Amino acid sequence: METSAVVMMVLGIVIIWGGLAASIRHAVKKSKEKSQSNA
Amino acid sequence: MGNRPQWGTRAGFIFAAVGSAIGLGNIWRFPGVAYENGGGAFFLPYLFALLTAGIPLLILEFTIGQKYRGSAPLSFARLKKGSEWLGWWQVAISFVISTYYAVIIAWALSYAYFSVGKQWGEEPLNFLIGDYLKVVNPGEVGSLVPGVFFPLIVVWVITLGILFKGVKKGIEAANRIFIPALVILFLVIVVRALTLDGAIDGINAFFKPDWSQIANGKVWVAAYGQIFFSLSIAFAIMVTYSSYLPKKTDLTNNAFITGFANSSFELLAGIGVFAALGFMAMQQNVPIDEVVSSGVILAFAVFPQIINELPAFSVAFGFLFFLCLTLAGLTSLISIVETYIAGIQDKFKVSRTKAVAIGGGLSALISILYATQGGLNYLDTVDAFINNYGVAFAGLVEIIIVVWVARELNQLRDHANAISDIRLGSWWTICLKFITPIILGIMMIMNIMEDLQTSYGGYPVIFNFYFGWLVAIGAIVVGVLFSLIKKWDHNTLEVPKDKEVSK
Repeated sequence: METSAVVMMVLGIVIIWGGLAASIRHAVKKSKEKSQSNA
Repeated sequence: MGNRPQWGTRAGFIFAAVGSAIGLGNIWRFPGVAYENGGGAFFLPYLFALLTAGIPLLILEFTIGQKYRGSAPLSFARLKKGSEWLGWWQVAISFVISTYYAVIIAWALSYAYFSVGKQWGEEPLNFLIGDYLKVVNPGEVGSLVPGVFFPLIVVWVITLGILFKGVKKGIEAANRIFIPALVILFLVIVVRALTLDGAIDGINAFFKPDWSQIANGKVWVAAYGQIFFSLSIAFAIMVTYSSYLPKKTDLTNNAFITGFANSSFELLAGIGVFAALGFMAMQQNVPIDEVVSSGVILAFAVFPQIINELPAFSVAFGFLFFLCLTLAGLTSLISIVETYIAGIQDKFKVSRTKAVAIGGGLSALISILYATQGGLNYLDTVDAFINNYGVAFAGLVEIIIVVWVARELNQLRDHANAISDIRLGSWWTICLKFITPIILGIMMIMNIMEDLQTSYGGYPVIFNFYFGWLVAIGAIVVGVLFSLIKKWDHNTLEVPKDKEVSK
């Protein structure tokens, strides 16, 4: 694979899949915080 | 009619929203659009469109549905007096889409069966057009095609069966099974595709950036179009789904999860499809650009050809691929049909069972037109016009009404901020006030100019007039008529303060 293609593939994966992982992580974190404050 | 049904859990809502967004277009549209518009360079406008239009619009629709707690017509009627027609217009668009979308899922179901024994033979395109669909000239209906009609019955039985069960026990339960299954099965396909000879060449072609395209306005419009059509925005789905959310729930982060999950699947599909295309190009000893295609041809002609040439596990690969198409289609079809079930229930105060039977039954009946020999021609034209002049135009009008006529953007932002994990700021306001309507406006003008210069798909002008323009305009007329049929009473227009129940 050409370097430019590898760079774009890594960039796309990091931003899109990373964005999904970060938003799920944020939701889980907030949900734990809420359940702890309610307890 | 009692209290409004509610999702069992937050994850249940997210699965349903993601299930709606991930559809056939993720698998057969995105890879081709990305390749034709700069390859890896396309990801820049695509990500920009996701963050400036896709996610902001998702947040807007989630907030409208959750705040006004009604189907799209009722939510818009509560948002601004006299706006009910916009909700019915979007519901009418969904109705039209559901009539042909079910037929494409029926094709996928048939092909899952055909993949056992590779019944499409050595010439999959001829098999599709001639042997399977038995396509006749545009405008001719021909006779019913049993190979499409019987799987179509199966698709409607599954879809309406799930919808009869209700929001929590039907839609949520189905998506909790279908979406993880879809992701796992598709991962198996991608891994298999990546192990094929030539796969790396295919992925290289998909990601190799053509930076000269980045300054091309059409590429940016294509990126916005892909995000817009892929996220189930502006055809009443997300408003309806979010109307089943509890009063205190996150909206903004749910939109981020839905938007990124949809794009994540598109990226996965791009990798899988281009790895398989790379293999096919190598087998036929031709450049990648000679085998790249999208839509119906990619799924039902090119993929069978790839399956024919696979050295091992070809039957399993084919079966899984068409099963994935079926699952992706079903989760979207369920959400599309739910829009008019909710609308009928709210407007005519009928039970869910009656609404499913009337709305779903009528759509199933009309869908038989696409199960005829002329079905493919009707489907192609209706799909193009209802998307370009239905969904895109309805989205533009929705933004204009909410932002500029009702001037509700600040109130909606405050509402979302009061209950959400991520606070909205000026980014959201600027995107919805300026960026999204301008881009959508440009998209509309470009589409109109193109369709006025050349007749879509090479079909006769009169054919496109009746099954393209008239259907798209008809959806607006139906929207207006439904808003005039029966006025909401004062109590209905009040946002209910009753306690929600799970059904």
